[in-house]
Amino acid sequence: MSERVDERAVAIARAGFARHGVSWVDLIPVLAAVLVYFFLGRYLPLATQVMIQIVFALSLDLALGYGGIDSLGHVAFFGMGAYVAGLFAMHVTTQPVLGLCVAAVAGALTGLLTGPLVLRTRGLTVVMLTLAVATMLQQLANANAMKPITGGADGLFGFEVAPLFGLFPFDLYGHTAYWYAFGVVVVVFIICKLVVNSPFGLAIRGIRENPVRMRMLGVNVTARLVTLYCISGALAAVAGGLSAQITRLVGLDSLAFLLSGNALVMLILGGTGSLYGAIIGATIFVVLSDRAAAIDPFNWLFAVGAVLILAVRFAPKGVVGLIEDAVQRQRARRSS
Amino acid sequence: MSDTPALALEHISKNFGGLRVARDVSLILPVGARHALIGPNGAGKTTLVHMVSGLLAPSAGTIRLGGVDITQMAAERRVGLGLARTFQISSLFPHLTVAENIGLAFEAKHGLDRRLWGNTANHAEIVDGAAALLQKLGLLELAARRIVDLPYGQRRLVEIALVLALEPKTLLLDEPAAGLAAAERGALLDLLLRMPEGLSILVIEHDMSLVFRLAQRITVLVEGAILTEGTVAEIRGDARVRDIYLGTRHHG
Repeated sequence: MSERVDERAVAIARAGFARHGVSWVDLIPVLAAVLVYFFLGRYLPLATQVMIQIVFALSLDLALGYGGIDSLGHVAFFGMGAYVAGLFAMHVTTQPVLGLCVAAVAGALTGLLTGPLVLRTRGLTVVMLTLAVATMLQQLANANAMKPITGGADGLFGFEVAPLFGLFPFDLYGHTAYWYAFGVVVVVFIICKLVVNSPFGLAIRGIRENPVRMRMLGVNVTARLVTLYCISGALAAVAGGLSAQITRLVGLDSLAFLLSGNALVMLILGGTGSLYGAIIGATIFVVLSDRAAAIDPFNWLFAVGAVLILAVRFAPKGVVGLIEDAVQRQRARRSS
Repeated sequence: MSDTPALALEHISKNFGGLRVARDVSLILPVGARHALIGPNGAGKTTLVHMVSGLLAPSAGTIRLGGVDITQMAAERRVGLGLARTFQISSLFPHLTVAENIGLAFEAKHGLDRRLWGNTANHAEIVDGAAALLQKLGLLELAARRIVDLPYGQRRLVEIALVLALEPKTLLLDEPAAGLAAAERGALLDLLLRMPEGLSILVIEHDMSLVFRLAQRITVLVEGAILTEGTVAEIRGDARVRDIYLGTRHHG
């Protein structure tokens, strides 16, 4: 190969790499958040829940959508983050940002400990192993020996959260909580963008597509997946910690299988492997659940189920897939 | 060239339960060799390549790569010693673009697959390497196409580009011409004939015209055992080979 690189060739090759960079599209959710704050003020607590679930869905999208890790136990990280954030506030300091950082570390450690066990296999085995890890953690939190720490079925409550940056106390109407959660979403989203844009991000997409080929390129597939699992686990734990700090309550339900399943449904609705799907899916899911429950408190899951079936039938790649297809059709029409 | 062979198989056997798919196979690949492995379907050719590349462990015997015993070595570590392979059915990253496929190989070669910072498209080691290689192989205009959108013949060429990106010392090609149309076979042969001289190649192939033009030596494998080994002329003139192998061409 010649030493001098052909600039034109490099430009063509560079254009062949998918760009996940920050673009004007990213302003839409920001604008939506501002509009909600000023025009839908009475829905702030609901919108805050949406944001917590966006963080959780983003973490799952990294593992599942980009890395192909079929996790059905992501709540293990969420719950770990919630309990650690609660305990940290009770016993160490009530600083919220510090609490989230500690929760993130706990989530990453959980990934580091369980990842090497879970990620040697693929497919259905991963589904069952991740599920088993989450179930074991929930049993552990409810075990008699752990009750002095976790509070058992009563959970953790009565802990304080200090004003954000020492300036903004968490108010009854959820104004501070709303912007706090918004800030966390922005930071987590940027972290996700950095990861998927990096060479590591391309490597995990390669592993999702063809792990054997990755090994035949000399890549230590399990090690890369464990790293991804730790990052994803840290972000999921941030979602759990955020939830604990905002509701000031941590119970066994923060380790319940239902939350893992919900996150998966969010990604199915929104679409996997784009990050935007996590944002759209979490929004649809939380708002739909809330509205359906307001209309019929007993049978609201019916509405969620119906939407899920319709999505799988008519939008198998989620809302993002629908949008992408529409854009592609538009482009094809213009070029013909 | 050094006397240490690029690849040496010493008394390799492989059993799947009672089925003996490799029986005492020994094979030496000198540096820069163009060696073909032929034999009827089910002779155990692909099994041998799987064992050399580390996807299967032999039941008995030793495999040496450049003098190093790699029999027990993890598959991904063998790549670090200069071993690369293609698969019978192209093994690529179907939903990634050609540039990303080749980029992954450069990334792996430079140990960048663990790099968490910087945009992939801005890493010179990855993008410049992919650009130069794709241009050299005439695949540059495919850079932004996804593998699933490419015809089979082009996927083959991309897979060969992928392994060349690793700059291997020893290359295993498992039926590179399988499923290709005549014109595509021509392009493939051109590419294979232009490979660097120091690269040692072991190729499994059913297309005899391709084997005879590419290989210097040929090993004939039948039912897991070596029937004979020789130069192209020797194998062409061997009556047993004609009977057992070349005669079956009409069927396949």
